[in-house]
Amino acid sequence: MVTISTTLDPERAIYNQVLPARKPWTYVVKAGQILRIVDLGGNQAVDFLVYNAHDPAERYSAADTITAQGNIFVTEGTRLISNDGHILMTVTRDTCGRHDTLGGACSCESNSVRFGLDKKWQHACVENFLAGLTQHGLGKRDLVSNINFFMNVPVSPDGTLEIVDGISDPGSIVELRAEIDVLVAISNCPQMNNPCNGYNPTPIQLLIWDAP
Amino acid sequence: MSVETSNDAPDQIIWDEVIPGGSYWSRVIRRGTTLRLIDLEGGKGVSFLCYNADNPVERYNAADTGKIQFNVFLTRGMLLYSDMGRVLFSITEDTCGYHDTIAGASTALSVETRYGPGDWKNTRANFLNCLAKHNLGKKDIPPNLNFFSRVKVEPDGALALVPEVSKPGNFIDLRAEMNVLVVLSNTPHVLDPGPTYAPTAIRAIVRQSPPPAPDDLCRTHSPEGERGFANTDALFL
Repeated sequence: MVTISTTLDPERAIYNQVLPARKPWTYVVKAGQILRIVDLGGNQAVDFLVYNAHDPAERYSAADTITAQGNIFVTEGTRLISNDGHILMTVTRDTCGRHDTLGGACSCESNSVRFGLDKKWQHACVENFLAGLTQHGLGKRDLVSNINFFMNVPVSPDGTLEIVDGISDPGSIVELRAEIDVLVAISNCPQMNNPCNGYNPTPIQLLIWDAP
Repeated sequence: MSVETSNDAPDQIIWDEVIPGGSYWSRVIRRGTTLRLIDLEGGKGVSFLCYNADNPVERYNAADTGKIQFNVFLTRGMLLYSDMGRVLFSITEDTCGYHDTIAGASTALSVETRYGPGDWKNTRANFLNCLAKHNLGKKDIPPNLNFFSRVKVEPDGALALVPEVSKPGNFIDLRAEMNVLVVLSNTPHVLDPGPTYAPTAIRAIVRQSPPPAPDDLCRTHSPEGERGFANTDALFL
């Protein structure tokens, strides 16, 4: 399962684009296709949601994914479970090591609470998600707790949770195989007030291959 | 009940109801009132969602609640945040100390796996029926809270339930900071080890809340909280 994706050749990708810093992206990834996300500059949080492309009321469920594997981190082998208990995607390769499921997306509103009332004017991941999802007839009710690829959010035994300096080197890769046709929504996180993007949001690269 | 303190005048009580094990329940808890949930027998957890009753597209957000307060475990003094940077509930009292924000809801599959074949009520099905009565549905179920439940997280991320942490009579007080629609399922925690399906009754009491004092714990707990209340109070100007 894992060895397949290590041999993927960018020359053969059916999609290969750089997503600029701070930007949204949505795309339907077909069953069997593999999506690669590359953290080009390192320590760039990539906020990620995924839906059944044919019935978006079925979507990634952080809690079902966590309880299914008994672990809060997404890594190689993690199956992204839907709210209906089905596998949407499987993480087939991960050179970073672990990814966050608990921190959610930044928003103008939560930024105002976390960093100062005047910070509500800054760009945020929820703005990106809404811009992307409304293109597909979806909206605010479709926002649930997302994955943050390349973001480091350890949880201490006493429950302390903090977004800390990243563990993602430049060029870190995560690859996901779609198990059904899925709609993927990404926000290349614009946050400037904590270390999740190293205080410097950077571009990411997105590649898709057909089923081998 | 021994859990009721002597300074509670009876005329403060607006609502008092016992919720049997396996059942779901909902009620609008109005700003300025407090919901007390009492774990009568020391049970297996209470799954809980809440919404701005005046505009339910605004709802409890587990991620924001955790990261704004730098902790995923809730207890006295902490706040339940919505996804709009506002405070739904303040936790003004908590005698249990363990409430889970991570593990989510039991499902038809999880209860059959845990307890074997049977007509077990599960959290997800209860949520869906309860939400339907408010014209809400599948899209309105974000990650839920589980009161009276302790999960532990290992440094490598491993997550497990610590069973039987709640004692009979434990309670949590939730002071509504806006008009809040509560939807709860009194069904065992998704990671309940079983093997017996044994949800137990809880009691819900709603009281008038005294106006928060200037040094109110929840309102003055952190700069983030003060900003959350500034955002919330602005709804009621």
